[in-house]
Parts: sequence; C-alpha cells; structure tokens
Amino acid sequence: MGRSNLIGLCLFALCIALAPVALGNTLYQFIPLGALALMAIGLSLLMGYAGQISLGQSAFYAVGAYTSALCSAKLGWSPWVTIPLSAVLAAGVALLVGMPSLRLRGHYLAMATLAFGEIVRIVLDGWITLTGGSSGIRGGAPLTVGWPGSQPLVVFNTLTNERAVFYLVWTVAFLGLVLALNLIHSRVGRALRAIHDGEEAAVVLGVPTARYKIQIFVLSAVYASLAGSLYAHSFSYLTPDEFGSAKSILLVVMVVVGGMRTVWGAVVGTLLMGSLTEWLSWMENYWLVVYGVVLLVITMFVPQGILLGAGDFSRWLYRKIVRKKQSGEIKVS
Amino acid sequence: MPDMLERVLQLLVSGLAVGSIYAMVAIGYNIIYNATGIINLAQGEFVMLGGMLTVWGATRWGLPVPVAILTAVCLVTLIGVTLERLTIRPLRNPTVLTLLILTIGGSFLLKGAAMLIWGKNVYYMPAFLGTEPIRFARVAIERQEVFVWVSLAVVTVALTLFFNHTLTGKAMRACSYNRVAARLVGINSRLMVMLAFGLSAGIGALAGAVVVPITNMEYSSGSMFGLKGFSAAVLGGLGNNTAAVVAGIALALIESLVAGFVDSTYKDAVALSVLLIVLFVRPSGLFGNAALNRLKEF
Repeated sequence: MGRSNLIGLCLFALCIALAPVALGNTLYQFIPLGALALMAIGLSLLMGYAGQISLGQSAFYAVGAYTSALCSAKLGWSPWVTIPLSAVLAAGVALLVGMPSLRLRGHYLAMATLAFGEIVRIVLDGWITLTGGSSGIRGGAPLTVGWPGSQPLVVFNTLTNERAVFYLVWTVAFLGLVLALNLIHSRVGRALRAIHDGEEAAVVLGVPTARYKIQIFVLSAVYASLAGSLYAHSFSYLTPDEFGSAKSILLVVMVVVGGMRTVWGAVVGTLLMGSLTEWLSWMENYWLVVYGVVLLVITMFVPQGILLGAGDFSRWLYRKIVRKKQSGEIKVS
Repeated sequence: MPDMLERVLQLLVSGLAVGSIYAMVAIGYNIIYNATGIINLAQGEFVMLGGMLTVWGATRWGLPVPVAILTAVCLVTLIGVTLERLTIRPLRNPTVLTLLILTIGGSFLLKGAAMLIWGKNVYYMPAFLGTEPIRFARVAIERQEVFVWVSLAVVTVALTLFFNHTLTGKAMRACSYNRVAARLVGINSRLMVMLAFGLSAGIGALAGAVVVPITNMEYSSGSMFGLKGFSAAVLGGLGNNTAAVVAGIALALIESLVAGFVDSTYKDAVALSVLLIVLFVRPSGLFGNAALNRLKEF
C-alpha cells in the first residue's frame, strides 16, 4: 500500500475521530451514511476492479439487517453472533446468484442482481408473519461491550449513545476500506486489474477470471450485509423502504460520481451524494432526474470520477500556471 | 372437474395477453442487443412512456385512440433515437460497463421525468374495443386481450418482413452477426445502432400502449415490465426474436397459473426466479446455442 494511501488513511481516521465535534447535531445523519460508505466500498471493488455492476446491493443489505434482527429478537442470540452469521448467509446467497451469471462472459450479473433485489423486496412485503410486511419489525438488540456477567460498558444504541454508534459504524467502514486497499495491492488485486484492462489477455496469462469475479462479488455482498446488520442493531425499527431498489440505485450513483478507479472514490462519492440528498431533501421529487443526469454527465465527461477528476484538473491548472510563468521569464531574459 | 378445466383455460387466456407484452419487450431487448451487444436497461421505461403518453393523448388531448397510440409510439421512438444520439453515439471506444451505466442513467432520467410530468398517480383507460367479453365455449376472452394478441402478431410479421426482405433490415442483421465485417462491406453501423434504438423504443411503446387497459400504468411500472421482458429474452436465448415470443408467452402462462392456484402475492417473483434458474441451468436459453453466443460480446 503506497505512501499516499497511508497518509489518506491517517487523514480519514482523524476526520472520523473529530467528526462528532465538528458535526454537532447533524451527527445522527452521518450514521446511516457510514453504512452506505461500507456498501459503496464493496460495490466499487466490484465495478472498478471486476468490471461488473450489481443493481441489487440493497438486497444483501436487507439480508444482513433482517437476518440479524430476527435472530437476535426471536432466538435471543447476541448480536456478536448474529452479525457474522448473517454475513455468512449473505455470502452464500451471493454465491448462488453470482456464480451462474459471472461464469458467463458479459453483464448478466446486472440483471440477475436486479431480479434478486425485486424478489427480496416482494418477500419483505409479502411474508408478513416473519418480516412484518410494509409496516416493518423492531430492530435487533443493540451491540454491547463489557465483561460478561456485569453491566455493559458501552451500549451502541442511537437513542442513548449516538456518538458510540457513529464511531462503531465508521470504524467498520474504515476497516472495510483498509481491507479493500490491501486487497487491491495484493496478487488478487493485480489479477483483477488485469481482468478489467483486458479479459482475454488475463485469461491467456492464466488468471482464473471467473473465480476472482465471483470472490469479489461475494465480498461486496458481505460488506452490504455487515452494513445492514449494523443498521439493524443501531436503529430501533426496520421497514422495507430502507432496503428498496432506490438504495441500490443511489449506491451506483455514489460509486460512479466518486470514481470507480479507486476505492477512495466510493468514500468521497458517498459523502458527497449523501450530504447533497440530506441538504436538498426539499427537492425530493427531482432526485431521480438529477441522478439520471449526474450518471450521464459523469460517465460521458468525467469517467474517472470526481476525486481523480479533481486531481487531473488541479495538475492541468498547475502545469498551465507554471508554464505561463516560465514562458514569461524567458521573455524577460 | 370441468370447472377446473375451465379455470385453467381462463387463466391461460389471460396469461396469453400478458405474455404477448413480455414478448414485445423481449424483442426490444433483442434488437438493441443484436445491434450493440449491450442490454438496454431503459427498455422498461419505453413501455411505461408508451402507456402514459397513450392515456395522456386519449384523455387530456382528446385524440381518437388509434391516433393517440400512433403519437405515443412516434414520440417514444424519437426519445429512443435521441437517447442514443446524445449518450451512446458521442463516446469513442466505450466499454460495455460504460454503455450499461449510460442506459441506467437514461432510465432514471426517463422515469424521473415521467414522475415530474404525471406525478405518482396510477393512470388507467377503458378498453379500446369495449368491455363486452367474447364467449368461447364458456371461457370469456376480453376484447382488449385479442387486441394485444393482434399487436404482437403484427409486430412479429412486420419485423420478419423487415429483417428478411428489406435492404436496411438485412444490413441490421449483418451488423448483429459481425459489426466489423458489416462496416467493411460499407454498412453504416452507427446508423444501424440508432435505428435499433428507435425500433426497440417504438415496439416497447406499442406494448405499453396496448397494455394500459389491462394493467394500468404509473411512472414506476417500467422496471417490472423491463425485468419480465428480459427474463423472457434470456429464457428464449438473447438475440433470438422467435424464441422470445415463445418464451414470453410461456413465462406469462406459468405466472398466471401460479397466481391462480398458489398465491398471487408471489406472482411477480415467478418470472424473476425463472430468470435466475435459467441463468443457472442453461444460460444460452431454451432455444439458444452456447457456441454461437460465445462469439458475441455481452
């Protein structure tokens, strides 16, 4: 992992640590955003490195949230057990959905995940005895930290301890980012980049492209499931609205806006689009059009995304100014 | 027992109309897939726009129904061509992922615009030829359903004639076999892509227009039509129009039987599960040829 990534991580950690002071009363809004960032990091691995697109990430988000909440509420299991359990379940489901479509060449995954997302939505709305239908269910028991047998030291609940939940969610997002960065700079990451740059060439060189693509897709599903579980245990209520296809769409927009050539783009895109939707919530009716236009404009004119686009722009500007200065000096001499 | 038979027949008859719609949507996917090698994720929005514009034309502008349908089809064709011209055409050497994201963007744009224009209301309109059903040996057939079957028949026949007996149609087919070779013999492949978008938008709009009296329409109806149509296209084998017709109708018949005998809550999940199962078991589709498919890019 290069030096710039390490500096970036340090800055990111500092931002997370100081955020509660800087954000004050708006801290609450940044908790679900942490979950979204985690999902976006997973999706950006899939889009930027495996060159595939998933339009059903919210379905894995839902699997993570509902499985964990139901297991802890109905069976009385600790969230520390149900969260990994639901991640395993999400991974299994992702394997089932992704394996057939990723073994094929091309982009069948987009439609397979879209279909899977719809199926999950239909089940959430329809299986009322289990999921409560459109009125939803209560969230899972909050995560706690402490010695067994005594009072917990910290209870991660948004109603009582907002700051702890914020740190929890964003720490997991941070760890997700570190893992993603490590992955990219490993053997697997190099193979993935080879797939993205030229699948035929990668195959010829002996890279098992299908297997890597499936692994990345499963990883992105695990990220989404973790995000869902964290959401389910931090908030007291779950409704299907939170897990609709709108969320999958928003994620794609976030990743494209931030830029899919780097995982950092996912974080930037999430913060940018997340804050925009929050601040401009009064123009809710226009969002779909705005998303459409943003996707089209970014894909056509800034395909590297806002983050790398800003870097390119500043370098271009710098070179222009420096060159002007140099040519000026030449004239003087 | 005769009651049972009657019920099955009745369900099959109503499934046939919905199946014709799926088939038309699937044909739309196929045409663009053949021309460009991508899946147009805005295909469902063409259906929604066709339906909405027909209702709007017939009720708001007071146009006669045939004129309203024609206007809707022409407008949506124009939208399809514009979408291709403004987003797909200007790109140099785009990757398939980029094209896919562009069609997603187009789909949000159309859906969002529809919501701004028509709001979140559900629109419906009376059947074109009256509501008195045709009785056929104790099975009732709605007139609108007959209208839908005829539309599919007309589209299929017209497309067959177009692709086999006109120079432009043959050129489009040549592009779908091999784009580079087609360009080498002087076919304007960019024009063919534009034509494909127009054609598939028009067919989608026609499907939307004739289905409104049966299922109603709102701004968000498009994605479900799109998904069902795609399921039909994959079930038949992507790119094959005849297979798409068979698959679309088969899919709707299964759906109709499940809704009638099992549980209508999960009706919509049936086609989508079929899609996932087909991808799992036989990704080249029921009538597809795996070896042939491998030569294409998608």
